Amino acid sequence: MSNITNEGLILACSAIGAGLALIAGIGPGVGQGIAAGLAANAVGRNPGAKSDITSTMLLGQAVAETTGLYGFATAIILLFVAPLLGKL
Amino acid sequence: MNVLLMAERAMSALSAANLAIPKKMLAQEKEADFYIKFLYEYEIGGQKLYLTTTHVSLFIVTVLLLILFVCASRKMKNPDEVPGTFQNILELFVEMLGNMVKGIMGENGVRFVNYISAIFLFILFCNISSLIGLRPPTADYGVTLPLGLITFAMVHYNGIKKNKVKHFTNLFQPLPLLFPINLIGEFAVPLSLSLRLFGNVLSGTVMMGLWYGLLPLLVKLGIPAALHVYFDVFSGAIQTYVFCMLTMVYVNDKIAD
Repeated sequence: MSNITNEGLILACSAIGAGLALIAGIGPGVGQGIAAGLAANAVGRNPGAKSDITSTMLLGQAVAETTGLYGFATAIILLFVAPLLGKL
Repeated sequence: MNVLLMAERAMSALSAANLAIPKKMLAQEKEADFYIKFLYEYEIGGQKLYLTTTHVSLFIVTVLLLILFVCASRKMKNPDEVPGTFQNILELFVEMLGNMVKGIMGENGVRFVNYISAIFLFILFCNISSLIGLRPPTADYGVTLPLGLITFAMVHYNGIKKNKVKHFTNLFQPLPLLFPINLIGEFAVPLSLSLRLFGNVLSGTVMMGLWYGLLPLLVKLGIPAALHVYFDVFSGAIQTYVFCMLTMVYVNDKIAD
């Protein structure tokens, strides 16, 4: 353990943090799946309103996706900008 | 055992079997390339500034759009009785965008058709510009944040114009206690709008960069076409639609009677 440099430790922990940040992808996946399932249900009940249902579904899914994208942005920053290296 | 070693073993096994796959096709490249690159450096007032790939892509996209607009206005000055291909496409686009705005904002929103159409075409062309080998400009936060701020300014300009002082007292609306939450909600609008567009386009760019940069040549034949269809065309079109849709919804919130 003694031959790990400070930079190496920070880079390794940043990579682990990036992986953990992407767990945020679970939420949007479940949410978008529920929205798509309910939209399919709605189209089955009322096929005439298909275009309205589709646009509402897409809007809701895009909003639900936001938290996942925050996780993705965090991971990208940790991996490629590595801001913690500057704190040494 | 690491992956490189495994690839090496597989390669030697293949060459031993005397298969017809050249060695170059299986060699791994080790450069993922999806960064913004600095092309030219200059200084204003001691501050170092750069001309980046984003500027170049933005310039090319803008020129393409301008050419399209000039051609379109020339065509529509003396339209044919029976529309040809180009005129059909133009009419389809204008009608679709007009219907989209009218469907959400009602008769109130007719004056926003121009702005929404312009921003729709701009974001759409930016998102699919990686099909012609550019780095999409919307994968740079410096491009999407101004787009979000324009929406923010538009929302509040129209709100103040419509509701006068009530626009600000609405922040205290259900309870005065909720003022901080309402304020944060207002300021989260441009941030979430711009981050959503940025994140989606950047994730596509990173994916394509990793695919092109890290994998052997063998899997770069044919498969990226399908990925481009999903990441650039499908995802780009959806995000364009969502950006315009949310802009209209936010503005409509303020100007609805």
